[in-house]
Amino acid sequence: MSVIPQQPVPRQSAPQQLPTTYLPQIDQEVAAGPQPRRQTSGVRIGDALSLVGAVLAALALAAVLSSQIAPIRGFLAFFLVTYVLFLAIYAVLVRLDESASVVVDRIVAVLVQSGAFVLVLALTSVLSYTVIRGHRAVAHSNLFTHDMTTTGPLDPLTSGGVGHAIVGTLIQISIALAITIPLGITAALFLTEVPGRFSRFVRTIVEAMTALPSIVAGLFILSSFILVLGFDKSGLAAGLAITVMMLPIMIRAADVVFRLVPSTLKEASLGLGAGQFRTVLNVVLPSARSGLTTAIILATARGIGETSPVLLTAGFTASMNTDPFKGPMVSLPLAVFEFVKSPEPTMVARGFGTAVVLMLLVLILFVAARVLGAQDVAKRARRKQRRTAVRDRVTATPSPTSPRSSDA
Amino acid sequence: MTDDEAIEEVTDQPRKIKLVRDVPDRLFRAVATAGGVTVLLIMLLVGTFLALKAAPALHEAGFSFFTTQAWNPDGKNFGVAAVLVGTILIALVAVAVAVPLSVATALYITEYAPRRMKKILVGIIDLMAAIPSVVYGLWGFFFLQSRLAPVSVWIAQHFGWIPIFKVKGVDSSHPVSSLTLFTSSTLIAGLVVGMMITPVITSIMREVFSQVPMGEREGALGLGATKAGVIRTVVLPFGKGGMIGGTMLGLGRALGETIAVYMIISPVFTIQPHILQSGAISVSSLIALQFAEANSFGLSALMAAGLTLFLMTLVINFAASSVVARSRSGASS
Repeated sequence: MSVIPQQPVPRQSAPQQLPTTYLPQIDQEVAAGPQPRRQTSGVRIGDALSLVGAVLAALALAAVLSSQIAPIRGFLAFFLVTYVLFLAIYAVLVRLDESASVVVDRIVAVLVQSGAFVLVLALTSVLSYTVIRGHRAVAHSNLFTHDMTTTGPLDPLTSGGVGHAIVGTLIQISIALAITIPLGITAALFLTEVPGRFSRFVRTIVEAMTALPSIVAGLFILSSFILVLGFDKSGLAAGLAITVMMLPIMIRAADVVFRLVPSTLKEASLGLGAGQFRTVLNVVLPSARSGLTTAIILATARGIGETSPVLLTAGFTASMNTDPFKGPMVSLPLAVFEFVKSPEPTMVARGFGTAVVLMLLVLILFVAARVLGAQDVAKRARRKQRRTAVRDRVTATPSPTSPRSSDA
Repeated sequence: MTDDEAIEEVTDQPRKIKLVRDVPDRLFRAVATAGGVTVLLIMLLVGTFLALKAAPALHEAGFSFFTTQAWNPDGKNFGVAAVLVGTILIALVAVAVAVPLSVATALYITEYAPRRMKKILVGIIDLMAAIPSVVYGLWGFFFLQSRLAPVSVWIAQHFGWIPIFKVKGVDSSHPVSSLTLFTSSTLIAGLVVGMMITPVITSIMREVFSQVPMGEREGALGLGATKAGVIRTVVLPFGKGGMIGGTMLGLGRALGETIAVYMIISPVFTIQPHILQSGAISVSSLIALQFAEANSFGLSALMAAGLTLFLMTLVINFAASSVVARSRSGASS
């Protein structure tokens, strides 16, 4: 763009010559001609080519290296070598026509994206490997309904199942939740609503207990409830062990949720003359509801999958036991653990099938947490409004009286 | 007129504010306090009970509890030297795997990913945190182990001169024939535990990175920084506290992991610093291994080991939360 400096053009016939602003005039020719639009986003062909080239070169070099110079065994090792070579070659290619800071930018981008990719890949492989090894066992419906009483390790997958473990898991987690939910929410309310030195102390202790390894929780129940108080290894003991493990997690999550309730809402309620109890009941709990639900469900998923406290406290049985107070009661993770110890391939397949059942349970809980957690106050209010509107319409249709007639 | 006189007599003093709570409020506070006290009692009960039960073993062993490698409570010769070192090694491998992956994933989610991808990834990470540890154990034992062993062989062949990568008993002319020397190792257990703690660390880091003020990001971009420049000069310094805190929380988790480690390792009771070599041990897998055969003294010894582990994770957790709280980004978490 060329600018022609100009003398100020006197407008009309000005009587006095005051200095005015210079108006730079854009060169007519340049302004009229088509200006090439500068591309600020998207991918340039050169970038794509250097990326593809680097991948190909790295693959070829790794193949030569692994076959001729240093033998590499296994896909994983080959992949790692290829990746390192790719990074080096890509850096050199980019350096050919860009500055050093661009090279750093590209390499960082590659590293970050491949890190995320590896993580997703690992998760997919965890899930899909379990499903692939377990699908034969899950295909037989007796896995869900039968127990292992009459099934030996050599029996085919069409006999026996983990119905007893499913029932056991549900009973144990119910016991844990029956204690954890009321106690956890009350304690969290205490931490947020009754502030003071004592509640700070309780919060510190609760935070400390989140560090308790789950196996130590199991060890505690084993040596107190079972050995000192003389109870059997039972579903109740396992439920209590899960409770000891879940309680701090629950309190901490609920505490965070309660602290997120806007203080303006609470102050508005207090300003309208409501007492603390009314405020908690009508403001704090409803606005924390979805957060609390998520916290409970995620803690449940964690408690269901926990093996080590159950291993120490529940004992192991092959038969159905619905009485949590008497006799050993197996749970899903424990069943997986015991099945895959066996050298028999059918038993291992059964273990993988049980793991699939366990993951399905966790997945259902997780999806439920997502759906319920996504509901916020506004959405709920809108739904309620819609519901009342529908109800009004339903109740209004039989009676012919219009709202206007009631005025008269 | 009497009213006016009464008003005039009142001197200008601040009114005393007296808080009167009605019955439901007092009841509510009483119930909430009772809940808090109950929880406190449970927690203190667990702590003191563990300490009391561990006392006989600790008394018997004395200071040698921390220096003895063997675990033979019946012969009164036991200690946590080997077990603790094994636990720490597994946890360190786990953190070494998990931290780079977490930083990359958290940065990808906050800096690079398109909006829809962001949501999906956050969901995946949360789901990964909910997968039971026994499933990770299955994956590690049946899937990862056989695929990782050749990599271990390769590392041992080329980097065996670094002490931690040394493997004893390898026939150097036929390294492949001794593949079993490379299974059930600290490295494999650490990798699996690393996969388990990655989602925990990632979600903390993502939280912190997403709090980086937009103005600072845009300032760096306006000064001509590349994306990598923004990450290096703005995002990482801002999130430093959260990164350290998240890593330490992950470390605490890794120290306490039981089942996945127990499924993979083959236990040894000597200090085993060679992470590629078969044989490893951790406190929690020691407990899972020994509790069934233990008599009351053996149980007391296991309690002592568990207590040691608990105190270790406790210190790490408190350090983590104080680091997070002191950092610029940690006020809300």
